[in-house]
Amino acid sequence: MPVRYIHVILDNERELLLKAWGSTQAEEGLIRRDLFTEREARTQTEMLYDALSKGVKASVETDLLDPDAECWDDMRAALADVTRERTKRGVSTAEMAAFVLALKYPLFERLRTTVDDSNGKVLIDAVNQFTRLIDSVSLYTTELCISERDKTIRRQQEEMMELASPVVELWDRIVAVPLVGTLDSMRAQEVMENTLSAIVDKKADIVIIDITGVLTVDTQVAQHLIRTAAAVRLMGAEAIISGISPRIAQTMVQLGVDTGEIRTRSSLRMALADAFRQLDTDVISRIAK
Amino acid sequence: MDALGAKVIRKTRLVTAVSEIFRNGLIYGGGALVLIHCHNATRTVWIDCCDDGPGIEDMALALSDGYTSGSGLGRGLGGAKRLADAFEVLSEPGIGTQVRLAGRA
Ligand SMILES: Nc1ncnc2c1ncn2[C@@H]1O[C@H](COP(=O)(O)OP(=O)(O)O)[C@@H](O)[C@H]1O
Ligand SMILES: [Mg+2]
Repeated sequence: MPVRYIHVILDNERELLLKAWGSTQAEEGLIRRDLFTEREARTQTEMLYDALSKGVKASVETDLLDPDAECWDDMRAALADVTRERTKRGVSTAEMAAFVLALKYPLFERLRTTVDDSNGKVLIDAVNQFTRLIDSVSLYTTELCISERDKTIRRQQEEMMELASPVVELWDRIVAVPLVGTLDSMRAQEVMENTLSAIVDKKADIVIIDITGVLTVDTQVAQHLIRTAAAVRLMGAEAIISGISPRIAQTMVQLGVDTGEIRTRSSLRMALADAFRQLDTDVISRIAK
Repeated sequence: MDALGAKVIRKTRLVTAVSEIFRNGLIYGGGALVLIHCHNATRTVWIDCCDDGPGIEDMALALSDGYTSGSGLGRGLGGAKRLADAFEVLSEPGIGTQVRLAGRA
Protein backbone atom coordinates (compact mmCIF):
# COMPACT_ATOMS: atom_id res chain seq x y z
CA MET A 1 0.00 0.00 0.00
CA PRO A 2 1.68 3.19 -1.21
CA VAL A 3 0.45 5.33 1.59
CA ARG A 4 2.57 3.26 3.92
CA TYR A 5 5.68 4.56 2.32
CA ILE A 6 4.56 8.12 2.81
CA HIS A 7 3.83 7.75 6.47
CA VAL A 8 7.04 5.88 7.10
CA ILE A 9 8.98 8.57 5.30
CA LEU A 10 7.15 11.34 7.12
CA ASP A 11 8.03 9.60 10.39
CA ASN A 12 11.61 8.64 9.75
CA GLU A 13 12.76 11.68 7.90
CA ARG A 14 11.04 14.36 9.92
CA GLU A 15 14.08 16.55 10.52
CA LEU A 16 15.28 16.28 6.97
CA LEU A 17 11.89 16.96 5.41
CA LEU A 18 11.14 19.87 7.70
CA LYS A 19 14.39 21.43 6.64
CA ALA A 20 13.71 20.74 2.98
CA TRP A 21 10.17 22.13 3.29
CA GLY A 22 11.67 25.27 4.78
CA SER A 23 14.15 25.52 1.91
CA THR A 24 11.44 25.17 -0.75
CA GLN A 25 9.49 27.89 1.02
CA ALA A 26 12.57 30.07 0.98
CA GLU A 27 13.23 29.38 -2.70
CA GLU A 28 9.69 30.40 -3.56
CA GLY A 29 9.94 33.56 -1.53
CA LEU A 30 7.38 32.40 1.00
CA ILE A 31 9.43 33.12 4.08
CA ARG A 32 8.12 36.46 5.18
CA ARG A 33 10.75 37.71 7.58
CA ASP A 34 8.85 40.97 7.60
CA LEU A 35 5.83 39.24 9.14
CA PHE A 36 7.30 36.32 11.08
CA THR A 37 10.34 35.48 13.12
CA GLU A 38 12.26 32.42 12.08
CA ARG A 39 11.10 30.70 15.22
CA GLU A 40 7.44 31.37 14.56
CA ALA A 41 7.74 30.10 11.01
CA ARG A 42 9.51 26.99 12.25
CA THR A 43 6.88 26.30 14.93
CA GLN A 44 4.07 26.66 12.42
CA THR A 45 5.79 24.44 9.90
CA GLU A 46 6.40 21.78 12.54
CA MET A 47 2.86 21.96 13.81
CA LEU A 48 1.47 21.38 10.33
CA TYR A 49 3.99 18.68 9.59
CA ASP A 50 3.17 16.71 12.71
CA ALA A 51 -0.56 17.03 12.16
CA LEU A 52 -0.14 15.90 8.57
CA SER A 53 2.05 13.01 9.58
CA LYS A 54 -0.45 11.94 12.22
CA GLY A 55 -3.31 12.16 9.74
CA VAL A 56 -1.50 10.11 7.13
CA LYS A 57 -0.68 7.45 9.68
CA ALA A 58 -4.27 7.28 10.88
CA SER A 59 -5.65 7.20 7.38
CA VAL A 60 -3.55 4.28 6.19
CA GLU A 61 -6.58 2.03 6.53
CA THR A 62 -9.21 4.53 5.44
CA ASP A 63 -9.72 6.85 2.54
CA LEU A 64 -6.75 9.12 2.56
CA LEU A 65 -8.57 11.93 0.83
CA ASP A 66 -11.75 12.29 2.76
CA PRO A 67 -10.99 15.64 4.36
CA ASP A 68 -13.94 15.33 6.71
CA ALA A 69 -12.67 12.09 8.18
CA GLU A 70 -11.93 12.14 11.86
CA CYS A 71 -8.27 11.29 11.33
CA TRP A 72 -7.77 14.76 9.86
CA ASP A 73 -9.21 16.66 12.82
CA ASP A 74 -5.79 17.67 14.09
CA MET A 75 -4.71 18.71 10.64
CA ARG A 76 -7.77 20.88 10.17
CA ALA A 77 -7.28 22.50 13.55
CA ALA A 78 -3.59 23.14 12.90
CA LEU A 79 -4.36 24.60 9.48
CA ALA A 80 -7.04 26.84 10.91
CA ASP A 81 -4.60 28.15 13.54
CA VAL A 82 -1.77 28.75 11.13
CA THR A 83 -4.01 30.25 8.46
CA ARG A 84 -5.66 32.63 10.88
CA GLU A 85 -2.33 33.74 12.29
CA ARG A 86 -0.77 34.19 8.86
CA THR A 87 -3.65 35.97 7.14
CA LYS A 88 -3.99 38.27 10.13
CA ARG A 89 -0.43 39.39 9.55
CA GLY A 90 -0.96 39.95 5.85
CA VAL A 91 0.01 36.70 4.15
CA SER A 92 -1.95 36.34 0.92
CA THR A 93 -4.18 33.45 -0.04
CA ALA A 94 -1.82 32.41 -2.82
CA GLU A 95 1.14 32.45 -0.43
CA MET A 96 -0.77 30.31 2.03
CA ALA A 97 -1.57 27.72 -0.64
CA ALA A 98 2.01 27.74 -1.96
CA PHE A 99 3.28 27.33 1.61
CA VAL A 100 1.43 24.02 1.87
CA LEU A 101 2.33 22.90 -1.65
CA ALA A 102 6.01 23.48 -0.94
CA LEU A 103 6.15 20.18 0.94
CA LYS A 104 5.45 18.22 -2.23
CA TYR A 105 8.83 18.23 -3.90
CA PRO A 106 11.00 17.44 -0.88
CA LEU A 107 8.75 14.49 -0.17
CA PHE A 108 8.91 13.25 -3.75
CA GLU A 109 12.64 13.52 -3.56
CA ARG A 110 12.70 11.35 -0.44
CA LEU A 111 10.36 8.85 -2.05
CA ARG A 112 12.66 8.53 -5.03
CA THR A 113 15.75 7.90 -2.93
CA THR A 114 14.19 5.59 -0.34
CA VAL A 115 11.71 3.45 -2.21
CA ASP A 116 13.30 0.56 -3.97
CA ASP A 117 11.04 0.19 -6.93
CA SER A 118 12.26 -1.40 -10.11
CA ASN A 119 9.22 -0.86 -12.32
CA GLY A 120 8.20 2.50 -10.87
CA LYS A 121 4.64 1.51 -10.18
CA VAL A 122 4.80 1.85 -6.43
CA LEU A 123 6.43 5.21 -6.77
CA ILE A 124 3.87 6.58 -9.18
CA ASP A 125 1.07 5.41 -6.94
CA ALA A 126 2.66 7.07 -3.94
CA VAL A 127 3.26 10.30 -5.84
CA ASN A 128 -0.31 10.22 -7.03
CA GLN A 129 -1.73 9.78 -3.59
CA PHE A 130 0.45 12.32 -1.95
CA THR A 131 -0.25 14.87 -4.66
CA ARG A 132 -3.94 14.45 -4.19
CA LEU A 133 -3.55 14.73 -0.45
CA ILE A 134 -1.45 17.88 -0.49
CA ASP A 135 -3.64 19.43 -3.18
CA SER A 136 -6.73 18.95 -1.11
CA VAL A 137 -4.95 20.31 1.95
CA SER A 138 -3.95 23.38 -0.02
CA LEU A 139 -7.47 23.76 -1.36
CA TYR A 140 -8.76 23.56 2.18
CA THR A 141 -6.28 26.25 3.17
CA THR A 142 -7.57 28.47 0.38
CA GLU A 143 -11.11 28.01 1.62
CA LEU A 144 -10.00 28.91 5.12
CA CYS A 145 -8.31 32.05 3.85
CA ILE A 146 -11.40 33.08 1.98
CA SER A 147 -13.69 32.50 4.90
CA GLU A 148 -11.32 34.49 7.14
CA ARG A 149 -11.46 37.31 4.63
CA ASP A 150 -15.24 37.11 4.40
CA LYS A 151 -15.41 37.46 8.14
CA THR A 152 -13.16 40.51 8.01
CA ILE A 153 -15.27 42.09 5.29
CA ARG A 154 -18.46 41.47 7.19
CA ARG A 155 -17.00 42.94 10.36
CA GLN A 156 -15.72 45.99 8.51
CA GLN A 157 -19.09 46.46 6.85
CA GLU A 158 -20.76 46.49 10.24
CA GLU A 159 -18.19 48.88 11.65
CA MET A 160 -18.50 51.16 8.64
CA MET A 161 -22.23 51.11 8.91
CA GLU A 162 -22.02 52.36 12.47
CA LEU A 163 -19.34 54.88 11.63
CA ALA A 164 -21.24 56.08 8.61
CA SER A 165 -24.44 56.94 10.42
CA PRO A 166 -23.52 58.62 13.67
CA VAL A 167 -25.91 60.86 15.47
CA VAL A 168 -24.20 63.84 17.12
CA GLU A 169 -25.60 66.08 19.78
CA LEU A 170 -24.99 69.66 18.65
CA TRP A 171 -26.72 71.48 21.46
CA ASP A 172 -29.40 70.96 24.06
CA ARG A 173 -32.28 69.27 22.21
CA ILE A 174 -30.56 69.55 18.82
CA VAL A 175 -28.98 66.51 17.15
CA ALA A 176 -27.41 66.17 13.72
CA VAL A 177 -27.20 63.15 11.45
CA PRO A 178 -24.45 63.75 8.90
CA LEU A 179 -24.87 61.40 5.95
CA VAL A 180 -21.92 60.51 3.76
CA GLY A 181 -21.67 58.40 0.63
CA THR A 182 -24.52 56.31 -0.65
CA LEU A 183 -27.76 55.72 1.15
CA ASP A 184 -28.93 52.24 0.26
CA SER A 185 -31.88 50.61 1.94
CA MET A 186 -29.74 48.97 4.60
CA ARG A 187 -28.01 52.20 5.55
CA ALA A 188 -31.33 54.03 5.42
CA GLN A 189 -32.79 51.62 7.94
CA GLU A 190 -29.77 52.08 10.20
CA VAL A 191 -30.00 55.87 9.93
CA MET A 192 -33.69 55.78 10.75
CA GLU A 193 -33.16 53.61 13.84
CA ASN A 194 -30.21 55.65 15.12
CA THR A 195 -32.09 58.87 14.58
CA LEU A 196 -35.22 57.76 16.35
CA SER A 197 -33.39 56.37 19.34
CA ALA A 198 -31.33 59.56 19.58
CA ILE A 199 -34.54 61.57 19.87
CA VAL A 200 -35.36 59.57 22.98
CA ASP A 201 -31.83 59.33 24.43
CA LYS A 202 -30.84 62.95 23.86
CA LYS A 203 -34.31 64.38 24.34
CA ALA A 204 -33.99 66.09 21.00
CA ASP A 205 -36.60 68.43 19.61
CA ILE A 206 -34.81 69.12 16.36
CA VAL A 207 -33.02 66.62 14.14
CA ILE A 208 -30.85 68.03 11.38
CA ILE A 209 -30.22 65.46 8.65
CA ASP A 210 -27.25 66.76 6.73
CA ILE A 211 -26.73 65.40 3.23
CA THR A 212 -23.73 67.53 2.23
CA GLY A 213 -21.73 64.32 1.83
CA VAL A 214 -24.33 62.49 -0.24
CA LEU A 215 -23.32 62.41 -3.87
CA THR A 216 -26.64 61.90 -5.58
CA VAL A 217 -30.22 61.85 -4.45
CA ASP A 218 -32.43 59.65 -6.59
CA THR A 219 -36.06 58.86 -5.84
CA GLN A 220 -35.17 56.00 -3.52
CA VAL A 221 -32.82 58.11 -1.42
CA ALA A 222 -35.43 60.89 -1.41
CA GLN A 223 -38.03 58.43 -0.24
CA HIS A 224 -35.78 57.29 2.61
CA LEU A 225 -35.21 60.89 3.66
CA ILE A 226 -38.92 61.70 3.53
CA ARG A 227 -39.77 58.60 5.56
CA THR A 228 -37.16 59.39 8.18
CA ALA A 229 -38.44 62.94 8.48
CA ALA A 230 -42.00 61.65 8.83
CA ALA A 231 -40.95 59.24 11.58
CA VAL A 232 -39.13 62.06 13.38
CA ARG A 233 -42.29 64.11 13.26
CA LEU A 234 -44.35 61.20 14.59
CA MET A 235 -42.08 61.22 17.61
CA GLY A 236 -42.86 64.83 18.25
CA ALA A 237 -39.59 66.26 17.01
CA GLU A 238 -38.87 68.22 13.87
CA ALA A 239 -36.55 67.24 11.03
CA ILE A 240 -34.56 69.71 8.97
CA ILE A 241 -32.76 68.40 5.90
CA SER A 242 -29.63 70.44 5.29
CA GLY A 243 -26.76 70.44 2.84
CA ILE A 244 -28.88 70.47 -0.29
CA SER A 245 -26.43 71.59 -2.93
CA PRO A 246 -27.57 73.36 -6.11
CA ARG A 247 -27.06 70.25 -8.18
CA ILE A 248 -29.06 68.10 -5.79
CA ALA A 249 -31.80 70.71 -5.67
CA GLN A 250 -31.94 70.68 -9.44
CA THR A 251 -32.07 66.91 -9.79
CA MET A 252 -34.70 66.67 -7.08
CA VAL A 253 -36.87 69.20 -8.87
CA GLN A 254 -36.50 67.35 -12.12
CA LEU A 255 -37.35 64.07 -10.48
CA GLY A 256 -40.45 65.80 -9.21
CA VAL A 257 -39.74 64.86 -5.61
CA ASP A 258 -41.99 66.72 -3.23
CA THR A 259 -40.43 67.25 0.18
CA GLY A 260 -43.77 68.58 1.37
CA GLU A 261 -43.78 69.80 4.93
CA ILE A 262 -40.15 69.00 5.58
CA ARG A 263 -37.97 71.99 6.27
CA THR A 264 -34.90 72.08 4.03
CA ARG A 265 -31.82 74.29 4.23
CA SER A 266 -28.85 74.63 1.95
CA SER A 267 -26.24 74.33 4.68
CA LEU A 268 -25.86 72.81 8.12
CA ARG A 269 -24.99 76.27 9.40
CA MET A 270 -28.31 77.68 8.29
CA ALA A 271 -30.17 74.73 9.70
CA LEU A 272 -28.45 75.24 13.04
CA ALA A 273 -29.27 78.96 13.05
CA ASP A 274 -32.87 78.00 12.36
CA ALA A 275 -32.88 75.51 15.19
CA PHE A 276 -31.47 78.08 17.64
CA ARG A 277 -34.15 80.55 16.63
CA GLN A 278 -36.84 77.98 17.12
CA LEU A 279 -35.59 77.01 20.56
CA ASP A 280 -35.14 80.66 21.52
CA THR A 281 -31.43 80.21 22.00
CA ASP A 282 -29.05 83.07 21.36
CA VAL A 283 -25.42 82.50 20.53
CA ILE A 284 -23.55 85.70 21.34
CA SER A 285 -20.13 86.58 20.07
CA ARG A 286 -17.93 88.12 22.78
CA ILE A 287 -15.69 89.82 20.30
CA ALA A 288 -16.66 93.48 20.29
CA LYS A 289 -18.18 94.64 17.06
CA MET B 1 -17.79 62.02 -18.23
CA ASP B 2 -14.75 63.05 -16.26
CA ALA B 3 -12.69 62.36 -19.35
CA LEU B 4 -15.03 64.58 -21.34
CA GLY B 5 -14.59 67.36 -18.82
CA ALA B 6 -18.23 67.41 -17.79
CA LYS B 7 -19.51 69.88 -15.22
CA VAL B 8 -20.47 68.35 -11.93
CA ILE B 9 -24.12 69.25 -12.42
CA ARG B 10 -24.27 67.36 -15.73
CA LYS B 11 -22.61 64.36 -14.13
CA THR B 12 -25.06 64.41 -11.25
CA ARG B 13 -28.01 64.54 -13.64
CA LEU B 14 -26.86 61.56 -15.67
CA VAL B 15 -25.77 59.53 -12.64
CA THR B 16 -29.15 60.13 -11.02
CA ALA B 17 -31.04 59.16 -14.18
CA VAL B 18 -28.97 56.00 -14.60
CA SER B 19 -29.48 55.16 -10.95
CA GLU B 20 -33.26 55.31 -11.47
CA ILE B 21 -33.21 53.19 -14.59
CA PHE B 22 -30.78 50.63 -13.27
CA ARG B 23 -32.71 50.25 -10.05
CA ASN B 24 -35.89 49.63 -12.03
CA GLY B 25 -34.06 46.99 -14.05
CA LEU B 26 -32.95 45.40 -10.81
CA ILE B 27 -36.25 45.57 -8.97
CA TYR B 28 -38.83 45.12 -11.73
CA GLY B 29 -36.71 43.51 -14.44
CA GLY B 30 -35.04 41.02 -12.10
CA GLY B 31 -31.53 42.20 -12.98
CA ALA B 32 -30.23 44.24 -15.87
CA LEU B 33 -27.30 44.48 -18.21
CA VAL B 34 -25.83 47.95 -18.57
CA LEU B 35 -23.74 49.10 -21.51
CA ILE B 36 -21.92 52.39 -21.40
CA HIS B 37 -20.61 54.05 -24.50
CA CYS B 38 -18.66 57.25 -24.60
CA HIS B 39 -18.91 59.15 -27.87
CA ASN B 40 -16.04 61.59 -27.95
CA ALA B 41 -17.01 63.46 -31.11
CA THR B 42 -20.33 64.59 -29.68
CA ARG B 43 -19.07 64.59 -26.05
CA THR B 44 -21.96 62.35 -25.12
CA VAL B 45 -22.24 59.31 -22.91
CA TRP B 46 -24.80 56.74 -24.03
CA ILE B 47 -26.15 54.18 -21.65
CA ASP B 48 -28.24 51.13 -22.42
CA CYS B 49 -29.94 49.22 -19.65
CA CYS B 50 -31.59 45.96 -20.71
CA ASP B 51 -33.46 43.38 -18.72
CA ASP B 52 -35.47 40.29 -19.58
CA GLY B 53 -38.15 40.88 -16.99
CA PRO B 54 -41.93 41.13 -17.41
CA GLY B 55 -41.84 44.29 -19.51
CA ILE B 56 -44.10 47.32 -19.21
CA GLU B 57 -47.76 46.89 -20.22
CA ASP B 58 -48.84 50.50 -20.21
CA MET B 59 -45.94 52.77 -21.09
CA ALA B 60 -47.85 56.04 -20.69
CA LEU B 61 -48.95 55.01 -17.22
CA ALA B 62 -45.45 53.88 -16.20
CA LEU B 63 -43.98 57.19 -17.37
CA SER B 64 -46.58 59.27 -15.56
CA ASP B 65 -45.43 60.84 -12.32
CA GLY B 66 -46.61 59.15 -9.19
CA TYR B 67 -47.44 55.77 -10.70
CA THR B 68 -45.74 52.83 -9.10
CA SER B 69 -46.64 49.16 -9.15
CA GLY B 70 -44.29 48.65 -6.23
CA SER B 71 -43.65 50.85 -3.24
CA GLY B 72 -41.55 53.59 -4.84
CA LEU B 73 -42.34 57.23 -5.44
CA GLY B 74 -43.29 56.45 -9.04
CA ARG B 75 -41.12 59.23 -10.36
CA GLY B 76 -38.11 57.29 -11.60
CA LEU B 77 -38.98 56.84 -15.25
CA GLY B 78 -40.43 60.30 -15.79
CA GLY B 79 -37.64 61.87 -13.76
CA ALA B 80 -34.92 60.08 -15.69
CA LYS B 81 -36.53 61.22 -18.92
CA ARG B 82 -36.36 64.83 -17.76
CA LEU B 83 -32.80 64.49 -16.45
CA ALA B 84 -31.33 62.84 -19.55
CA ASP B 85 -30.52 64.63 -22.79
CA ALA B 86 -31.95 61.76 -24.79
CA PHE B 87 -34.27 59.06 -23.55
CA GLU B 88 -36.02 56.10 -25.09
CA VAL B 89 -37.77 53.06 -23.64
CA LEU B 90 -38.49 49.92 -25.59
CA SER B 91 -40.52 47.33 -23.80
CA GLU B 92 -42.34 44.20 -24.78
CA PRO B 93 -44.50 42.44 -22.19
CA GLY B 94 -43.08 38.99 -21.57
CA ILE B 95 -39.78 39.81 -23.26
CA GLY B 96 -38.17 42.62 -21.38
CA THR B 97 -37.32 46.27 -21.25
CA GLN B 98 -34.56 48.35 -22.73
CA VAL B 99 -33.94 51.92 -21.71
CA ARG B 100 -31.45 54.01 -23.62
CA LEU B 101 -30.38 57.37 -22.35
CA ALA B 102 -27.70 59.91 -23.03
CA GLY B 103 -26.02 62.78 -21.26
CA ARG B 104 -23.94 65.50 -22.89
CA ALA B 105 -20.81 66.62 -21.12
N1 LIG C 1 -37.48 47.58 -16.20
C1 LIG C 1 -38.81 47.50 -15.89
N2 LIG C 1 -39.48 46.34 -16.06
C2 LIG C 1 -40.81 46.25 -15.74
N3 LIG C 1 -41.53 47.27 -15.25
C3 LIG C 1 -40.93 48.44 -15.07
C4 LIG C 1 -39.53 48.62 -15.37
N4 LIG C 1 -39.19 49.91 -15.09
C5 LIG C 1 -40.31 50.49 -14.63
N5 LIG C 1 -41.36 49.62 -14.61
C6 LIG C 1 -42.75 49.92 -14.19
O1 LIG C 1 -42.94 51.31 -14.22
C7 LIG C 1 -43.37 51.78 -12.94
C8 LIG C 1 -42.86 53.18 -12.69
O2 LIG C 1 -41.47 53.18 -12.53
P1 LIG C 1 -40.77 54.38 -11.77
O3 LIG C 1 -41.26 55.64 -12.39
O4 LIG C 1 -39.30 54.17 -11.74
O5 LIG C 1 -41.39 54.30 -10.31
P2 LIG C 1 -41.03 53.31 -9.10
O6 LIG C 1 -39.69 52.73 -9.35
O7 LIG C 1 -41.04 54.21 -7.92
O8 LIG C 1 -42.10 52.28 -9.05
C9 LIG C 1 -42.86 50.76 -11.97
O9 LIG C 1 -43.61 50.75 -10.78
C10 LIG C 1 -43.01 49.45 -12.77
O10 LIG C 1 -44.32 49.00 -12.72
MG1 LIG D 1 -37.98 53.49 -10.13
